[in-house]
Parts: sequence; structure tokens; C-alpha cells
Amino acid sequence: MLPAAIVAGVARRLVRVSFLLTLPIAISVVLVSVFTRAGETVLFEIGPFDATLEGVDFAAQTLVRLFAISTSIGLFGMTTDPRAFVLDLERRGLSPRFAFVALATLEAVPAMVERAQVIASAQRARGLDTEGGVAARLRGVLPLAGPVVLSSLTEVEERSLALEVRAFGRPGRRHLLWQVPDSTSQFIARAVLLGALVLAIALRLTGTFPVLF
Amino acid sequence: MLELSVESYRYPGYARNVLHDIALRLGDGEIVGLVGPNDAGKSTLCLVAAGLAPASIGGVLMGTLTLDGTPAAGLKTHELAERAVVGFQNPNTQRSGLAATVFEEIAVGPMNLGLEVPEIVARTREAIARLRLEALIERDPQRLSGGQAQLVAIASLLAMRPRHVILDEPTAQLDPEGTRLVGEALKALADDGTSLLVAEHKTDLLDGLCQRVVVIDGGTLVRDGPTAEVFADPELETLGVEPPARVRLRRAAEAAGIDPRVLEGARA
Repeated sequence: MLPAAIVAGVARRLVRVSFLLTLPIAISVVLVSVFTRAGETVLFEIGPFDATLEGVDFAAQTLVRLFAISTSIGLFGMTTDPRAFVLDLERRGLSPRFAFVALATLEAVPAMVERAQVIASAQRARGLDTEGGVAARLRGVLPLAGPVVLSSLTEVEERSLALEVRAFGRPGRRHLLWQVPDSTSQFIARAVLLGALVLAIALRLTGTFPVLF
Repeated sequence: MLELSVESYRYPGYARNVLHDIALRLGDGEIVGLVGPNDAGKSTLCLVAAGLAPASIGGVLMGTLTLDGTPAAGLKTHELAERAVVGFQNPNTQRSGLAATVFEEIAVGPMNLGLEVPEIVARTREAIARLRLEALIERDPQRLSGGQAQLVAIASLLAMRPRHVILDEPTAQLDPEGTRLVGEALKALADDGTSLLVAEHKTDLLDGLCQRVVVIDGGTLVRDGPTAEVFADPELETLGVEPPARVRLRRAAEAAGIDPRVLEGARA
């Protein structure tokens, strides 16, 4: 994962984001595994809890897996244009409806943030106080939640109507105007990764996977 | 031809009728203006005339909509879209979210129709040329000004090449130049035989654009006639509609004792 991130120029950001994403779960995994997992080798004791070597071993394995999952997802997110990804999936046979839902979901978050900022600015102009300490901010921001959610829902309804006007519900394939560039090196990389995945599954099933690694 | 006969229409979950006793006919190549005060039922009439209400948004329609002789009641929404389109006030809700550039955004409708790529491109280019959007085609549709987004939304509808176009305040966010461009594009569409219903507060635009104007108030049509006749109606302002500048100027001249023909001479 790391070499790929270095090649993509996102290694530092990836490690930071993956670390932050994994941290809350990692803390609970370490505490639960180290102190509650039964084992023969007791490293030290805190009150009624024994920290065992087996617990440390299990926690380390789990952390490595968690970090591998978060870096995989993080690397994908940082190096892939979501719009290009979904549209390429549609070109390969994904339902246009699914493509729209996926893209609309991706668009929804920044759109809601933008709307929330507009509504907050409008309310601040009318004297609503959204500055100060945590309690003051909560008091100021909570009344804005309703308008943000309701206006988002109204917009979703109008957007669905606008799509229907443009024949979005028509069954059958669409001839797409766009085609995501797919270089030979990308194709080879995909083939190699797919081969590695099949090999890893096969080795795992035959019981040779842990020997190799 | 679009023929609409509404005995009554109400939204789902509501007991009150929003529209009642409406008979509206749009001939091929005819542009009809729709004016009326806020909350008179203009937007609802647009939805019903396009077949979206009740087909998509539900509600109860007592009446009929006929598009070129075909009853809309038997048509699916995508079949309706091939015949009649409606544009809304807010251009941001009309963005598909599927396209990375303005060109692709305008092409979404033709793509959905299942057309071949050369036809999609031809229709898209034609719509772009009609609204002179060439400078925007590489831009991200999410990063446009309100006026630009409005023009792109209208171009997206024109690219569908529908027989009937219904527009709900299409120039609400446009400057005078944008408004003029939209007017020219709509005239060109009508010249090609498309029928248009344009709901607008800008009566000056309708004055130079429409053959006929209908006035809606309280959910029903209270005036229906030639543009000049309806806009000259002295009761128009009491119905919440401001007459176009031409009419107001003529009235001001008459009140000041100036022969209105002098104004005609000045315009010439």
C-alpha cells in the first residue's frame, strides 16, 4: 500500500488520515485485547486485569488489519475521482439509477455544508449568535438544523422531478458521451492486483498463506 | 398541440384544490405567457401542463392533458419527457450531478433518450449555440453563477428537442442580456413549431415574445387573450400583475395629456 501511496504522492496524507480514522477503534481494541484476552504469559498487572502476551499479539494483528483496511479505502478515495469511477462503472453495465444515487450521495455532503453556511450567515445577519464557547455555539447552531434538513429534502424532490423531465427513468442502455481514460499501465496494474487477490485467496484456502507471510 | 382541461387539481395530502376550471390550449409554434400574483397557482399549472402532476408528484387531477392527440394519462414519465419538458425556477436543482462539464450536463437529456453519440453531440451543440454558451462548455456545472446555471438549465431542456416546453420563471436569475438571449432562443424554438408556455413576472419579456397571455388568479384563469389586449386591461394591476413598460408609458403619456402616437413615433 505504502509504495503505491508514495508513487501517487499521497503517502504522508494517507498515513495521517488512516491513523486518525483508525485511532478510536485502535484504542478500544488494544485495551480490550491486551487486558481481557486469556493467556499464559502475563506481562504486567493493573488491578484485577492481566496484560498478556497473547493479548498483545492479538491486538497487534487486529491493528495491522485495521490499518490495512483504512489505508486501502483512503488510498482509493485520494487517488480516484468518484465521478469518473461511478461513470466508468455505468459504462461497464452498472444501472444509471445506481450511478445517480452514488453520485448524488457524494454531492449531498458538500451541498449540505454549503447550504448550512448560507443559512447560518443569513441567521447571523439577523442577530443569531453562533460564536463563543461550545454551549453558546450549540445553542446557536441547533435551530439551524431544521431549515438545513428541510430545504435539502425539498431540493431532492425538485431534483428528482428535473431528472424525470430529462427522461432519466427511460429503461434501456444509454450511449455515454464520456469515457474515462484507461492506460495500459492501469490495465496491467489491475490485472496484477486481481491475480494477487486470487492467489492470496487460494493460498489462504489451502492453508499455505500464513507460511508464505 | 397541447390541450389541458382541469376541473380541479390538488396536491397529495391536501384537501384544498390548487387549480380549478382551467382550459388551456397551446398551438404548434405558439408562445403563451402565464402571469399572475404569487401563490396564484402558476408553478402548479406548469407541473400539470407538463404532466408531472399527478404522474410524478401525485395528487388528484380531475381533467385531461392531451399532447399531440395522445392522452398524457397513459404515458410513463420518460414518454412524457419526450413530448413535453418543464423548467423550474431554481437552476441548481436542475443540475443532474452526473456531468463534469457544461457540455456533458446539456448532453444528459439526449443521452437518457438512448440516442446515438453523433445525435447527442449534434443536439447538445445546437442547444449551446441557441443560448451562446460556447464559452462555458468546459466549465464545471457546479461552479457557475446563478444566471449561467439558469441558461445551462434551459439549454439542457432544449437539447431534448421536445414538442412542448413549459418554463416556470426561466429568467428569474438572469440579467437583461441573458433574458434577451432566452427570449431569442424561445422565439427560434417556436419558429420550429414548438409550443411554449412561459410563466413570468417580467411582463416586458412576454410583451415582445408571446402571441397570447393568460392570467391566473386563485387557481383559475381569469384572462386569456392576445398579448396586447390582456396587457392593456386596466384591471391587470388589481390582479397583481404589473403591465409592461410600454403600457405604463402610454398611460403616463395619456395622463399627462401627451398624444400616445408621439411615443410610437419616438420608438420608430
